[in-house]
Amino acid sequence: MNIPAQPMATSSVSVGSGESRVSKAKDKVKMNAQGVKVFYGDAQAINGIDLDIYENEVLAFIGPSGCGKSTFLRCLNRMNDTIDICRVEGKITLDDNDIYAADRDVVLLRAQVGIVFQKPNPFPKSIYENIAYGPRLHGLARRKAELDDIVESSLRRAGLWDEVKDRLDKPGTGLSGGQQQRLCIARTVAVSPDVILMDEPCSALDPIATAKVEQLIDELSESYTIVMVTHNMQQAARVADRTAFFHMGDLVEVDSTDQIFTNPQDQRTHDYITGRFG
Amino acid sequence: MSNLALIATLLVMMALAYHLGLTRSRAVAAEHDVRMHSRPGYYGVLVALWCGLPALAIFLLWSFLAPQLIDMLVTQQLPADLVAGLSDRELQTVLRRVTALADGRGVAGGGSPEELDAAAHMARLQTIENFSLVALMAVLVVVGLIVARRRISPNWRARNQVERVIMVALAASSAVAIFTTIGIVLSMLGEALKFFSFISPVEFFFGTTWNPRFSTSGSSNQGEFGLLPLLWGTMMVSIIALLVAIPVGLMTAIYMAEYAPPWLRNVAKPVIEILAGIPTIVYGFFALIVVGPFLSSLGDLIGINIRTTSALTAGLVMGIMIIPFVSSLSDDIITQVPKSLRDGALGLGATKSETIRQVVLPAALPGIVGAFLLAASRAIGETMIVVLAAGNNPVLHANPFEAVSTITVTIVNQLTGDMDFASPQSLVAFALGLTLFVITLGLNVIALVVVRKYRQQYE
Repeated sequence: MNIPAQPMATSSVSVGSGESRVSKAKDKVKMNAQGVKVFYGDAQAINGIDLDIYENEVLAFIGPSGCGKSTFLRCLNRMNDTIDICRVEGKITLDDNDIYAADRDVVLLRAQVGIVFQKPNPFPKSIYENIAYGPRLHGLARRKAELDDIVESSLRRAGLWDEVKDRLDKPGTGLSGGQQQRLCIARTVAVSPDVILMDEPCSALDPIATAKVEQLIDELSESYTIVMVTHNMQQAARVADRTAFFHMGDLVEVDSTDQIFTNPQDQRTHDYITGRFG
Repeated sequence: MSNLALIATLLVMMALAYHLGLTRSRAVAAEHDVRMHSRPGYYGVLVALWCGLPALAIFLLWSFLAPQLIDMLVTQQLPADLVAGLSDRELQTVLRRVTALADGRGVAGGGSPEELDAAAHMARLQTIENFSLVALMAVLVVVGLIVARRRISPNWRARNQVERVIMVALAASSAVAIFTTIGIVLSMLGEALKFFSFISPVEFFFGTTWNPRFSTSGSSNQGEFGLLPLLWGTMMVSIIALLVAIPVGLMTAIYMAEYAPPWLRNVAKPVIEILAGIPTIVYGFFALIVVGPFLSSLGDLIGINIRTTSALTAGLVMGIMIIPFVSSLSDDIITQVPKSLRDGALGLGATKSETIRQVVLPAALPGIVGAFLLAASRAIGETMIVVLAAGNNPVLHANPFEAVSTITVTIVNQLTGDMDFASPQSLVAFALGLTLFVITLGLNVIALVVVRKYRQQYE
């Protein structure tokens, strides 16, 4: 079984295709963070991060546990708002608009910046209803036929259509773990976001399901900006155009994936990717 | 020897046996210079159990059987002319008088010579019974102690045996609850069958008139025992109560679980739960004195004739009483819905209330339905509020502003005052109780089925 090797070949570890994707990605800044600090109560989780996220790139966050990479990811669509004791300082923009501005509608922001979580969390509804939930919420379909189209195209994008087309009315919770995660990705895609955040999307999946999700990320990057947190450095190497290394609440280094893995500038990055700690 | 002293002595003997077993096991270990299978304490406990349990079993058996045996012997000894022609119940009365005399208590009018003879005979028998019990128990205690103490050896698995005794004790405790339930149901069933020998089940279950009249022994003047007005009254009051409790309770639960800041939740939740701790009689007179007149004057204001004691009054107050059942249970269940589901909906751009309505509540539904059904069976079985505030008017009508009567109220009415358990007027209480039991049992079964069905769908 050499499925994991397949996305590897198209990703930035092999120099050729990686270079082409990096050059494609450098065009336009999609999101920008300046001096972002996050506090949980009195404890500071992130110490001030500046970062540009380019349109249609796959950006991976790596780093040891508790380094703040998930926390920072969740700032990008304000999911941290749901945690009472969490406080965010600094400025984050999406298409040059401040997402923490007082008049910013967080609900619309999350429709633009979707998120896929670590553990697959399909709703306790049918597969169809899981996908249709977001479009219904935002009124993306006027008629049933339009909704059917959105459901089908989202499931196709997530590579799940052929597996579930005969049982759309069955509960989404009845799928396997990998299928559930792709269902969650399809659910996010269905509301046509600009950016998709993924918080360790493969950590609860087996290698084959992981390979499918990685391939999916590769395909989705054609149309979406993808920011993903991963614990798995090989995964970052396989799918990411650029990689950011986090350590103790700091963004240590961000560069093309090739650079990070072959020629890191910071000693901590070097130690981490060579397995000294983490 | 009184029973109390007997048990106390037995406990002292068991303590002694524990100590003997403990020291003996240490001695055995030292003597053979081996490691015993179990710690010394287990041998002590086991010897104490060997010493105490058989004697205790005999004691219980004896207390249960001996009085019956004595009654039988005394009855045989009674002069034939006294016993002849007595019904069972009259014979019981005679025996009760004899027992009272034998215990040294007086009886009305003093005892007749025959009764005094019988009492003396009974007192003799009781003395013999008591002595033989003490002797038997003493033998069992000593034999048990000696046998167990001699069995102590390195290979005797005292620890495992104590474990087994504990298991049996735990199982016996659970059996108490189960057998009590079965016993209650059987006795209700028996009495209800007696009732149905007076009144046919068809008449009872489908009769539309409730008019039991009064029990007049020996007369054939039977009333009408139609269940439907009572059942309908129960339903009406319960439905009104649920119409109050379900929306208010559920919304309270949602607010508490999702919106309330922690400090408010910590204060408000116990306060709401206090509602469940108010004695129902207090709710009852609150309904009677405050709510009833208020509703009545409110009715005057808008031109509806509302009786002071009515289905509405009772239902409203009962609804307030069961709010905590709905809110507290639902709150717990809503809180248990995993955060990942909420995050999923919020991450798609759902607002908080959309998330709650479309994701959290459906996921919590089985538990919430369970809470509703629990509240419903509580409402159906509730007595004091309806006794005071429903008006006791067992007539079939659909007007919630009129007085009604419920099954529970009727049971109270039929079992207070003079009772004659040979008359349908009293026996009907058992038929009503059985009906009530079947209804709540049915609700619980439905709750289980619903919960299981949804759980399959949602997990």
